[in-house]
Amino acid sequence: MRTETRSAIWRDMRRDRWIYLLMLPGLLYFLVFKYLPMGGVVIAFQNYHPFTGFWGSPWVGWTHFERLFADPDFFRLLRNTLLLSLYNLGLGFPAPILVALMLNELRVQWFKRSIQTMIYIPHFMSWVVVVAMFFVIFESQDSIFQSLLAGLGFEPHSIMMDRGWFRPMYILQALWRDTGWGTIIYLAALAGISPELYESSRIDGASRLRQIWHITLPGIRSTIVVLLLLRLSDVLELSFEHVFLLLNAVNREVGDVFDTYVYRVGLINGQLSYSTAVGLFKGVVGLALVLLANWLAKKFGEEGIF
Amino acid sequence: MPDRSLGGRVFDAVNIVLLLLMGLVTLVPFVHVIASSFASVAEYNRTDFLLIPTEFSLKAYTYIFTTDALPRSLAVTVMITVIGTAINLLCTSLLAYALSRRRVHFRKTIMFLIVFTLIFQGGLIPDYLIVREAGLLNSYWALLIPRAIIPFYLIILINFFRNLPVELEESARMDGCGDLRLLFQIVMPLSKPALATLTLFYAVFHWNTYMHAILYLTDTAKWPIQVLLRQIVLVSQAGFVEQGVVEGEQSIPPDTVRMAVITVATFPILLVYPFLQKHFAKGILLGSVKG
Repeated sequence: MRTETRSAIWRDMRRDRWIYLLMLPGLLYFLVFKYLPMGGVVIAFQNYHPFTGFWGSPWVGWTHFERLFADPDFFRLLRNTLLLSLYNLGLGFPAPILVALMLNELRVQWFKRSIQTMIYIPHFMSWVVVVAMFFVIFESQDSIFQSLLAGLGFEPHSIMMDRGWFRPMYILQALWRDTGWGTIIYLAALAGISPELYESSRIDGASRLRQIWHITLPGIRSTIVVLLLLRLSDVLELSFEHVFLLLNAVNREVGDVFDTYVYRVGLINGQLSYSTAVGLFKGVVGLALVLLANWLAKKFGEEGIF
Repeated sequence: MPDRSLGGRVFDAVNIVLLLLMGLVTLVPFVHVIASSFASVAEYNRTDFLLIPTEFSLKAYTYIFTTDALPRSLAVTVMITVIGTAINLLCTSLLAYALSRRRVHFRKTIMFLIVFTLIFQGGLIPDYLIVREAGLLNSYWALLIPRAIIPFYLIILINFFRNLPVELEESARMDGCGDLRLLFQIVMPLSKPALATLTLFYAVFHWNTYMHAILYLTDTAKWPIQVLLRQIVLVSQAGFVEQGVVEGEQSIPPDTVRMAVITVATFPILLVYPFLQKHFAKGILLGSVKG
């Protein structure tokens, strides 16, 4: 029986050999650049040295993890990562919902489309462009912000060199870039709500805000739940590029996160095994969060992510 | 039927004003940066917040294009964008086609393994070591091959291919049409909207390449435009900007030079944006139809 199915599969594969050949470059890509690095995390348990390689480097067990958890840096990194993520979650998550609800209330279609066109643009800009624009508008000597300060009689003030401004600056830039883009998925969900629901509630004399509360929001509830769970699942995933660009010697205390730490300790200082362990810790926690989020989604009666 | 009550009108007015404000907050920085980059030195110095220049000047641009670094990094970025997007489209289409056909064995296992790469990765250091072992360090290929497929876009395309009518394919197969011809002569032409979306997304992705270049290219002559932009605006505010900017009587303010570089690094995206916009909502939603 078993040999029969196996030979049947083999026969099918021979018949359709071309299609398997077509898959080859893509599969090879995933194997080499996604799965080999996953295997590469074994160096977190070694004292990896480029000369001795993956096979010849000595095994050291959990040493690097023990060092990480004992390091005062660990709590700083965890705190910074979690705080930036919570800012992101607390402001970056509701903002697109709010804007989508507002756009949904517009009656004049060309106006709605124009606003949409405008607010999607920043999402396509690299973080370098976003931060560079921030620099010429707020930071540099001749910038409008600095002239405004001078005009109001204040001393010049650098936001990027101000530790206290690091988190607000990060989240405001993130909001500016991605709020508009985030509305797309909600607008699609909003388009699916039956107009008849609004008609009948209007006849009952419901105000606009009441309609939003009782019809619109319940109508996109499942979209909100799924996206919230997706967000929760990558609470440790910050935009590495964005943080990296804002980081400097002054704000490192509040701005350094796992990814930037791995880069600095691993690639700049050359502690490859230790920094791989730091990255692996983050990856495993992230994976656990995804599984938790998926379980929660199913618990809420939603479809789950996978 | 519009809402004519007083409360309804106040609501609409407040809503419109707030959204207009949001549109302005998004747009005004771009207008300011682009306008300032084209302003004459005199006008730039006179005006605090320039939005519409009255005296056009290309001085900042003639300056940045006479440097070595800018034209070179622009050429690098154009090259990796064109070649990278071509590689992406080819690899993504080939794999998506195979994974969208029911007769392919192990399809579900492969799909699971692909989705898994979205939720767990080896991390920065193992990625770096693989690129180094492959001998790609300090080569442009390091920006192209390790990013040959973006899994999320692959999933979008698989879903699109899956939803194409099967009748066409069946009749073509009856006529003895092989998979290669089927893909290139039937499936791909039918998927123009999806492929257009992916082309633009991939192109934007390569145009914005920054972190990979920092990680894998040590030779500064190979820097793409985004890395140069960061260098000019945020790292060495001296050097590129200050040196030799005096042209004739007036020197060009460093900020106009910076803004000109920002404009150059942004311009192609703004150029394709109208085309992008027509497709992307559809493209993003396609991906979320079926998981």
